[in-house]
Formats: sequence, C-alpha cells, structure tokens
Amino acid sequence: MSNLMSGAKILIECLLRENVECMFGYPGGVTLPFYDVLFEGKVKHYLVRHEENACFAAEGYARSTGKVGVCCATSGPGATNLVTGLVDALMDSIPVVALTGQVTTKLIGSDAFQEADTFGITRACTKHNFLVKSPGDIPQAIHEAFYIAASGRPGPVLVDIPKDVFIGSAHYSPVSTIHLPGYKFSQEGHTGQIRRAAQMMWEANRPIVYAGGGIVAAGASDLLRELVEAIDAPTVCTLMGLGGLPSGHPNFISMPGMHGSYAANMAMTHADLIIGLGVRFDDRVTGRLDAFAPHARVIHVDIDPVEIGKNRVADLPIVGDVKRVLERMNRVVAELSPFQKERNAAARKAWKDQIAAWRAEHPLIPAVSDAEIKPQHLVREIDRVSGGEAIVCSDVGQHQMWGAQFLRFNRPRLWINSGGLGAMGFGLPSAIGAQVANPGRRVFALVGDGGFQMSIPELSTIASNRLPVKIVVMNNGYLGMVRQWQELFYNNRLSAVCLDSFPDAVKLAGAYGFPGRTVEDPKEIGQAIDEAVDYPGPYLLNVKVTPFECVYPMVPAGGAINEMVLGPPKPVAV
Amino acid sequence: MLQTISLLVENKPGALMRITGVLSSRGWNIDSLTVARTIDPAQSRMTIVVDIDPELRRQVIKQMNKLINVLQATDLTESLAVCREMALVRVRATAETRTGILKDAEMYGARVVDATGDGFGLECTGPAEKVEEFIDAIRNFGDIDVTRSGIVAVSMESRKLRLAPPIPAAAAGNGAEELPSC
Ligand SMILES: Cc1ncc(C[n+]2csc(CCOP(=O)(O)OP(=O)(O)O)c2C)c(N)n1
Ligand SMILES: [Mg+2]
Repeated sequence: MSNLMSGAKILIECLLRENVECMFGYPGGVTLPFYDVLFEGKVKHYLVRHEENACFAAEGYARSTGKVGVCCATSGPGATNLVTGLVDALMDSIPVVALTGQVTTKLIGSDAFQEADTFGITRACTKHNFLVKSPGDIPQAIHEAFYIAASGRPGPVLVDIPKDVFIGSAHYSPVSTIHLPGYKFSQEGHTGQIRRAAQMMWEANRPIVYAGGGIVAAGASDLLRELVEAIDAPTVCTLMGLGGLPSGHPNFISMPGMHGSYAANMAMTHADLIIGLGVRFDDRVTGRLDAFAPHARVIHVDIDPVEIGKNRVADLPIVGDVKRVLERMNRVVAELSPFQKERNAAARKAWKDQIAAWRAEHPLIPAVSDAEIKPQHLVREIDRVSGGEAIVCSDVGQHQMWGAQFLRFNRPRLWINSGGLGAMGFGLPSAIGAQVANPGRRVFALVGDGGFQMSIPELSTIASNRLPVKIVVMNNGYLGMVRQWQELFYNNRLSAVCLDSFPDAVKLAGAYGFPGRTVEDPKEIGQAIDEAVDYPGPYLLNVKVTPFECVYPMVPAGGAINEMVLGPPKPVAV
Repeated sequence: MLQTISLLVENKPGALMRITGVLSSRGWNIDSLTVARTIDPAQSRMTIVVDIDPELRRQVIKQMNKLINVLQATDLTESLAVCREMALVRVRATAETRTGILKDAEMYGARVVDATGDGFGLECTGPAEKVEEFIDAIRNFGDIDVTRSGIVAVSMESRKLRLAPPIPAAAAGNGAEELPSC
C-alpha cells in the first residue's frame, strides 16, 4: 500500500524509520514546509542559536552514543554556517546526517535569494552528499545517507532538499533496499595477516599498542582491553581514543604526541613493534615523521585503506573493522600464547621496567598552588567529581590538552572534543548534544574563555531546555594556546591574544536564568565544583586560573616526539 | 611521473566534481581527463592522467576507490593497457607547403578531415608521444591550432568488477549501545 504524501512528510517517515529521536536545527524560508511537519512533534527538534552549533550538537549526540546525529539548516547562509561542523565530523569520522533546504528546483542556478551551491560547497566537507530532485527520491537518499554516515569509516553526509521537493507529493512506500554498488569496505580483515600480526605481537620485545578513535567508533574497547592484557603490552590512546582503555588500567600510559607524556613518547620512540588500532598516524602524534618510532615494525589495522601507508609504511597492514579484526586476533593470540609466552619474558619485563622508569623520571603531575588556581588543579577537581564517569566536552586550546592529560575516563565516549579540526566553539554545543543523548549522565563543558565566547548564544539553548550542563570556563584571560606559542617561539610578543572584558559570569548566567559563579581562590575551587555539580540544572563556573601557564611536555612543531620540551626553564633534549 | 588511471564511475550528478575535487584538494595535478558513457548508460569510463610522485600512486587509487560513485579504479601505468590520444590540428597551407603537410600527415597516419583553400584539418591518433611528434612536425609549416583529446585507455587484462550488493534499507537503524547512566 502506498499513499500520497508531501516530501516533508516523507522525510519525517524516513527519519522515523531510521529511529531518529531528535535533531538540532535552525529554520528558514525554504525549510518552512519541513518545520510545519516537525510541529507535529514526531521527531523532537532542538532549536540552537547558530547552525554551526546544530552540527556540533549533533556531533556531541553522535560522539557520546555512537548513533547518527542529525542537524538541519536552511539554504544559503544556514547551509554555509554548517560547514565548520561538517568538516569537524569528517576529520574525526563522526556519523552525522545534515539536512539542508535549497531554493526551489526551478530557481537553482539563478542566484536566487538565499541560494548557495550547497552540494558543491559541501563536497569537500562530507563523506558524501545528495541533492534531491523530487519527493519520490527522498527515501532512497535518506536511507543511503544514514547508511553511508554510520557504516565503514563513519562521517557526515548532507542531503540538500529544494523547497518544492518538500512541498510536492509522491506516493510513499518504504523502500526495502538500498544499493550503492561502489561503496565497498572490508570488515573482516585478512585471516593470514591476522595470524601473522598475532605472531609478531608475541615475538616483539618492546611492543606498544597505539589505539585511536577507531576503537571508540567500532565499539571495540573491551576487545582492546582483552588484547592488551593477553600480550601485556603498554598502551597509548590518542586524543580521539582516550577512554578506549580505561585510564586507570595498569597498561595505560597516556596520550602520545605533541602534548603526550614523556613516557608515552619515549615508549613510541623505542618500541620495536607498534600495534596501531584505528589510528591514522596523525602529525600531532608522530611529530617529525622520519624520526618517528625508528626501530619499530608497524601493524596497522584500519577500516579505511587510504589510512594505511599514508603517513607511515605499515609492515603488516590489515584493512578491516577493528572490532571484527580484534575478535579474531584475540583468539589467535590466545591460541599462540602457550607456545610464546615465556620466550621473551625477560625482554618484556625489561621493557615494562623501562617504561615505569620513564614515568617516574617525568611523571604527569598537575601543578597546584596555594596562591592561585593552576589550570591543572582545576582539571583535577573536575576529575575528582567525575571519577572517570562523567562526559567531558572540551573546547580547543590549553584546557583541552590539560584535560587530555589529567582527566580519567573509565570508558569510551566520555571525552568529547574536536580532534582533527581543532575547532574552537565546539565544547559548549557538543555538550548540548551529549546531554540530550544522556539525560542521566553528568556532562561538563570544559571550555576556554576564548572558545566559550564563541558559543555564548547557546546558553540560551541550554536554558530553554533546562539541560543540566556544567559549564566550566578555564579563564586564563588569553587565547592561551596561541599565547603559549608566542611566548615560546615568537619572543613572547603577545599579539592579539589578550581577552579582556570577560563578562561577569554571575550576571551572564543570571541573565539566562541559571546560577553562575566566579572563583579565584584555590581554597574555594573544590567547593565551587561541588556546588555546580549539586545544583539540579545548568551552571556556569568561571574559574580564574594563572594566566601564563604553558602546557608541557611539548613537542615543538616539526620536532621528533622524543625531543620534548619538558618544562618552562629551558628545553631539555633527550 | 605520469600515472594513468582508469575509472568506472556511476553516472550520478556530482561524480566528476568529486573525483577532480579529491585530486586537486590533495595537490595532485591532473594532466588530462576524458570521460564518456559506457555501453551501460548508467556508467561512465574515465581515463585520468595524474602527474604524481610514484610513491603516491597507490594512494591515488585508494582515494578514488573510496568515492562512493566510483565503481572501480585501476592503475594502468605499468599494466597491460592500450593508451591512445587524438589531436585535431588546423594548419594554414600555401601552395608551397601543401605537399609537405600532406606527406607528413601520411607519415604519421593522420587523416585529412577538412580541406579548404587556406589549409587543412588533420586528425592524428596514436600514443601520446607520436601525437606530440606529429604536432611538432606540422608546426614547422606555420601557425597551427591544436585540440588534444587527452588520453583514453583500455586495460588488456580482464579485471573482476567487485561491487557491493544491495542491502536492506534502514537495517542498521539508529540504535547504538547506550552508556549505563551514573
Ligand atoms: C575556530 C578557531 N579559530 C582559531 C583557532 C586557533 N586557536 C587554537 S587554540 C586557541 C586559543 C583558545 O583560547 P581559549 O579558548 O581561551 O583556550 P585556552 O587555550 O586559553 O585554554 C586558538 C585561537 C582555532 N583552533 N579554532
Ligand atoms: Mg583562554
């Protein structure tokens, strides 16, 4: 049985078939027919205050659940405002479906009011995109969009729908199949390669597991843990992979790379086997490529063949879904275990001791002072109340790196931040999406005073939906990360980084109808965090921290990761 | 180094834009590009010549295969393949040069496709180097206009076309594992 329906109604039917419960968006002229159907409330719509934040919120929803996040914008400026969020989702492989309105089909190409070439503009910002030409084509496009967004290496997909396609009608009958003949991805991984990889893991004297966002995306963290424990390998998780192995796990070292720990970077440098799982050997991790892990053979598991050999040659590539691959890998590892375990026990023990020694030599310890609030101290306080269980949505900058260094995460999908793109303004709106998706869980937005001011309009979204997000502004009065680079590499000529005139937090939050507080005294910070957390609703905590702190260790741009600057006095080459 | 790739592409809007977009966004230079329908009107065959570091050849193929509208990307650079190019040349001819031009055309197997009082239209087909030589030869006779087709290639090895099968719509649904709440 089919029945005649408007394109807008068909779209809702398709969204319901994809189990979409909610979306984040902003209406406009050409999406009016769609919003008229949304009025019926079948899909809950959250009105954000800027389209970029609609995409960030959809990402927060997706990143914290693994489900596809949905956002919506009107044509022209609405669609162009989505662009940063789409690129962000593309860089971090986050499943998002973006719906945009387009001018009426007949007007396309006429430079009509609020026309932009959304299809062309977002070609480079999406995994794939569609321009729908008739109402009858909506189901195919929507189901293909969800499938592409969520499968293989996930990513954002945009569906551009002209106004007349929303209005026009077609006989709707649910499509039963989709066919994308050119969309192939290997899931299983090559059996022989998996076996050889397991063999290499046993044979290595100094193995290290390097786990990334792919572990989180694939839902493979339990399998990662099983592997790490079976071969007893030290493990680093990238910025995108934090929580993939619980932070408190004895094999976990820390994040590697530019602001990774001394131990993590030394371990990467001296390893004889790197087991890369759902990673892309990003430059922020590897530092200068030709000096990266010079002694290591590399096993590289990823679902995207493009990533294999892109930056670092893989001695043993495995193309596949890291979850499926680990399921089988762990079995082979266990099979081989009785024959292998004792062989290089001495070398393995020496390796673990060496890593423990590196950790002891330059541990990651948060600075604390009685006189002022150190930014690291603030992060530790958040960590105290979180206990590794809260979702922390970070913005981009120094606070993000301190968060990555000092927050513990007992599971994946708790540490949410803009990794690949590093888009300021991400923290607060992504917390909106995360809180919507996880009403029962504590959600922090850990933001800098710079990034926070990019997202202030969303306080309104938080207030109107009474989302109990705890907004913690690490207020150092500067665009701290840029200031740090100016201090270290540009003779401390602080150019355009001072953020004076930060608004009064109490008044600001008060203006939106929820409490706020500013703290400066290190003795108050613990109590202030408790107060924020205990308040049954949104809370804005503005924490004035020491302004001139730098994030260490630091690998200067273009440096090798074992050439870390470990602290303020002078560079220590190792 | 020039890399010749052959793409079988779904004839969908934006397919060409995606392909050239990926190449140019990665800083890879397109030397030539041809595209036309195959026997199946729903598909197109493209031959693209990219000027690229040989180490990146595999990346190019992988990036092309990653595109959803690309059904198959093949590197023909070092495989058994026939590559041809066509040039159409308009040359002015005088009473003195006419025989010379015709002689050279014959030598290169070029055909006269148009002849008027002031000159000829010539069509030359062959491997790119031969076409280039032909153009150089004709240039000796005076000003010419040239349009080159870019390379078209066909693989002489049979390759199995691996396609993704149809799948049920909305099968995945939007139900991922939920976090236990705290
Ligand atoms: C949209 C955007 N613009 C500019 C930058 C460059 N940038 C990176 S970190 C940073 C400073 C962030 O300052 P703030 O939000 O106060 O955080 P802090 O580093 O002080 O913790 C800037 C400007 C960026 N990442 N994103
Ligand atoms: Mg700041």
